[in-house]
Amino acid sequence: MSIQAWLQTAATLVTVLLLSIPTGRYMARIVLERTTRLDRLFDPIDNAIYFLIGRKVTSQAMTWKAYTFHMLATNLVMTLIIFAVYSFQDYLPLNQLRFPGMEPFQAFNTAISFITNTNWQSYAGETTLSNFSQMGGITFPMFTSATTGFVVAMAWIRAFTVKNGGSDLGNFYRDFIRFITRVLLPICSVIALVMISQGAVQTLDASFVAHTLQGSDQTIIVGPVASQGTIELVGTNGGGFYNVNAAHPFQNPTPITNVILIVLMALLPASIVVTFGEMIGNRRQAWVLYAVMGALMVLLLALCVIPEQDGTPTLESAGIETSATADQPGGNMEGKEVRFGIAGSSLFADITTSFTTGAVDSAHDSYTPLPGISLFGGMMLQCVFGGKGVGFLNALIYGLIAVFVAGLMVGRTPEFLGKKIETQEIILVSLALLIHPLVILSSTGWSMLAPYALSSLGNNGIHGYSEILYAFASGAADNGSAFAGLNSNTAWFNLATAAVIFIGRYPPIIFLMAVAGSVARKPTTTPSASTLRTDTAMFGVFWFATILIVGALTFFPALVFGPIAEFFAMKAGLTF
Amino acid sequence: MVPANKTDTATLELLGANFRGVRPRGGYSVGLLAQALTDSLAKFDPRVQIRNPVMFVVWLGMLVTLALTIQPDLFGPSDASHLYNGIVTGVLALTVWFANYAEALAEGRGKAKATALRQTRADLVGRRILDGGRADQVPATELRKGDLIRVEKSELVPADGDVVEGVAYVNESAITGESAPVLKEPGTDMFSSVTAGTTVISDWLLVRVSADPGSSFLDRIIHLVESAKRQKTPNEIALTVLLSILTLIFVIVVAAMAPVATYLHAQINVADLIALLVALIPTTIAALLSAIGIAGMDRTMRFNVLAMSGKAIETAGDVQTLLLDKTGTITTGNREASDFIPTSGYTQSELIQAAYLASHFDSTPEGRSIVANSAARGARPIPCLGTAKGFEFSAHTRMSGTDLSDGRILRKGAVSAVVSHVAEHFRTLAPPGLQKIADSVSTRGATPLAVSVNGDIIGIIALSDKLKLGIRERILELRKMAVRTIMVTGDNPVTARAIAAEAGVDEFVAEVTPEQKLQIVRREQSQGRLVAMTGDGTNDAPALAQADVGLAMNSGTMAAKEAANLVDLDSDPTKLTDLVAIGRQMLMTRGALTTFSIANDVAKYFAIIPAMFILALPGLAALNIMDLATPRSAVLSALIFNALIIPLLIPLALRGVRFQVQSAEKLFHRNLWIYGAGGLVAPFIGIKLIDFVIAPLI
Repeated sequence: MSIQAWLQTAATLVTVLLLSIPTGRYMARIVLERTTRLDRLFDPIDNAIYFLIGRKVTSQAMTWKAYTFHMLATNLVMTLIIFAVYSFQDYLPLNQLRFPGMEPFQAFNTAISFITNTNWQSYAGETTLSNFSQMGGITFPMFTSATTGFVVAMAWIRAFTVKNGGSDLGNFYRDFIRFITRVLLPICSVIALVMISQGAVQTLDASFVAHTLQGSDQTIIVGPVASQGTIELVGTNGGGFYNVNAAHPFQNPTPITNVILIVLMALLPASIVVTFGEMIGNRRQAWVLYAVMGALMVLLLALCVIPEQDGTPTLESAGIETSATADQPGGNMEGKEVRFGIAGSSLFADITTSFTTGAVDSAHDSYTPLPGISLFGGMMLQCVFGGKGVGFLNALIYGLIAVFVAGLMVGRTPEFLGKKIETQEIILVSLALLIHPLVILSSTGWSMLAPYALSSLGNNGIHGYSEILYAFASGAADNGSAFAGLNSNTAWFNLATAAVIFIGRYPPIIFLMAVAGSVARKPTTTPSASTLRTDTAMFGVFWFATILIVGALTFFPALVFGPIAEFFAMKAGLTF
Repeated sequence: MVPANKTDTATLELLGANFRGVRPRGGYSVGLLAQALTDSLAKFDPRVQIRNPVMFVVWLGMLVTLALTIQPDLFGPSDASHLYNGIVTGVLALTVWFANYAEALAEGRGKAKATALRQTRADLVGRRILDGGRADQVPATELRKGDLIRVEKSELVPADGDVVEGVAYVNESAITGESAPVLKEPGTDMFSSVTAGTTVISDWLLVRVSADPGSSFLDRIIHLVESAKRQKTPNEIALTVLLSILTLIFVIVVAAMAPVATYLHAQINVADLIALLVALIPTTIAALLSAIGIAGMDRTMRFNVLAMSGKAIETAGDVQTLLLDKTGTITTGNREASDFIPTSGYTQSELIQAAYLASHFDSTPEGRSIVANSAARGARPIPCLGTAKGFEFSAHTRMSGTDLSDGRILRKGAVSAVVSHVAEHFRTLAPPGLQKIADSVSTRGATPLAVSVNGDIIGIIALSDKLKLGIRERILELRKMAVRTIMVTGDNPVTARAIAAEAGVDEFVAEVTPEQKLQIVRREQSQGRLVAMTGDGTNDAPALAQADVGLAMNSGTMAAKEAANLVDLDSDPTKLTDLVAIGRQMLMTRGALTTFSIANDVAKYFAIIPAMFILALPGLAALNIMDLATPRSAVLSALIFNALIIPLLIPLALRGVRFQVQSAEKLFHRNLWIYGAGGLVAPFIGIKLIDFVIAPLI
């Protein structure tokens, strides 16, 4: 890798780190309802919304059950709304290009996908959706799905600090509204303007006709791209206006916007860790978690960026220059935009999978095998910062298992943040842990035997398997990116991915909220010298090892057939 | 309470060994090892296996490979031979058997004891006193609560009960292991209850039966030592859940490999898949899990402590606050003359001689100690003592004394009592320095006694409560284990403070009635701490029940024993420190072996995965970093390692990992290195070695 590439990568990460601290602290103030300088601006807005929803429902204390119920109910209502928007867009305004309503399987898949922050797209945005659908059916749930993950995580953290026995884990609607109005909307408004200044498109027009140099006419689709392309990254959503997503120059016009988008993807999931530290009043604990996630990210990043620059033996033997020179980037440039290069693309690819965003600025299908493993890794662990809120919760699944085993190892009933971790918690956490491999591996296994699934493959053999595994891993991790090459708009994949997405999203959240309810009921114990501290480097190492051994080894056999086999095949000079 | 000398010897022994106490002596005899051999075979029963889900998966896998041994192409064409599948089946059977053996061995000692006790119970016969005063001989099972029985010399007590008449020595060694006989008499809180199975060795007792058959103390002991009916402890349940779900995950992982192999047209042996599954699931810890729990119970039992449930032992490890009675636990309870301080104008030797004479007729322990101590300091009997008139100590006068025939009148007693005695009978005033001396003695935690001769108060004897030998060290150890100690005493705050400082306890509460102990327990619990306490009296029962860990003394009342979740048969309250250690050690062993078991998976992947796909994906040979000879030997080596590690770890499971009194961080650090890093590395070496041995054979 060139020095510029190293610098670009390092500078991006340091920027995320530096920005996440004030952002995380600001978010903590929002969650804890402490005063901020912006209250004068936001209080009237929020109060108006509370008034509209109803004062009673926005001020009542909620147990974990009530909180989860209102979250699920709200999600259900929104799912129905966006399903209706896609299905009946031909009766709705701003459909200048006269797109028909989406057919039901695809609309179902899309609705589930966007309400869950997955943003798996079995459709191509610019040829399927009207501008109204893009705004009301796509951009709208991008805000709410990110917020859903975030508020659930916040209610979960509260369970460790409240003194009310769990009778009040906060009010779902209040949390929900405050996070949108005070965090997402301000960031997105500012960044969208920056994107527009760089050349991103923002209009309610649907298309214009360009006269090409060859003298023919070309219809160019436009729309509210900058606004969608911002929340898409800020909310770790990933559903692009265009089918090629952030590779499209109207969404991601310059290398500068590319870096901005990378930083945005990483910012809020990283900030949540800082928020966690503020809420529990233990910054050390937060930094231990930050370091665990950061170390995993650096590991995956190295696996992604470095081999991609090395290209492949086949490229080399074909006489192609694979090391970077002054006028060409070297490495494996297949499926990448020239304006981003290898470092910009692979950094984006790594972040989009580890933060389970799913936006892409390059074709993940075209990555060499080792980076492929890295992309899989991000989605299979789904806690290398992970998606908004849920990435944090996933890390805590491993964290609580680590706490349990480590606690036993020092001869005490394990404790985390002053709460005993006992049978009830371990049952729930283990079930949450089970879901991810269960949905990915069972759906992939089924597909490998089903002719109706295999007919969607763009490639045969090992790489074909990788495409299917990637689709389900992406769905289960609420990621949404795809190993392009798989035709996923079939009844099987629309239904199967929707099911995988749904089961991968809600049951783990419910299990973890039940953990919250359970720990909130417990008395807070007084730590003593024989209590194992969880805010130490040593525990961080154990946490890290738990994620790697329990999480990664689970998927090791699945990867052996795919990218790992491809890696050895590539070394042997074989292609697929 | 317990005679002081006995407890001190016990404490000394334990201290000398510095927590060797956690591993009481007593190995596994050849008889026990052989018994476990037969017991372990019976455990192949699926109804037994299903209680351990992880091992049940191995058991099921064994059945499948057994079928494959008979018919290798049962699930489609396979290149695995009858022999290979047979070897896999054998190794799986061995794995299950090793797990069975670990459990059977751990149960062995308890079973042996239960058998002996059951024999005792079966032999019990009672002489029931009927209404007319007649007696009839009935088996113990026919005795009911409220029956009156008579037990003669060298007969076994047939049922639990309270002595209503008679005084007799009883040998309780069948229950407690302690051979020194105990005097039983009616009307006392502590010494009027008798236990079934003990022997009357002198005189006779009339006993009112207090427990129906099946609910006697003996029945409870038999029930407890029979680990077959053992209930899993909370942490054990949680760990079993975690291990079961990890197993389920690996079942999914391995099952999902089959369709992918089909898609890739890669032949895959079902026996290999099962081998991979068994190697990956946490069999090591699952095989040893119940043995660890039983061994923990057994260890407490060998400490002569009866745990009403395994939970009590586990909780003991978590205890953060320990309530210690001053008397009997921290101090011997016998106050001794530690100092003689004369008032001005008198010498110390005059005072010592006077104290000696004044206490001559005082038969209280304090009086005896004054005689002994003053004699040791040079006091001598004088001839006219023989004709002297003695006054015994009484609670009313709070004095004792001697009127010598030479006319000297000596008195010794509570300072205020002696002061009013001299004022009344001799019209003399207390010397001016007296109060100061008395106060300074009190501040030291001792009790001042004044001595007067013919109306002149000549000095003060300091009576102090002696700390038990080694109690300071015990309390220090508790502090290192981060257990807070609170001393509770009925003494005044001044005395309490001095003893507390001397013993090194973290806190003390003075002037406590037994009823107030309950409040102290509640207060600590409300602050988020787990509390342990010891007790023996009936009025300790509510606090014992409220405490998270209640340790009742066997010498105590039935009410106390029933309220507590642990009963110490030796009646040595300081054993709580050992229980804390045993509880922690039990959890540590589970945690350490879990870490070891899971860390092992890394090496097993590298052994089995490349071997399984050597034909379909030859490139994977690069993952064979251990350079194992052949695919067959690689799979078998991993599987054999997986089986052999179980018996290798049985001694560790039964003995427990080493317990040291140190901070959680240090323990974590140490165990993470040994069992985490060790768990990563050990299988690489082990599998390679096994491969080296078996490769030429297959």
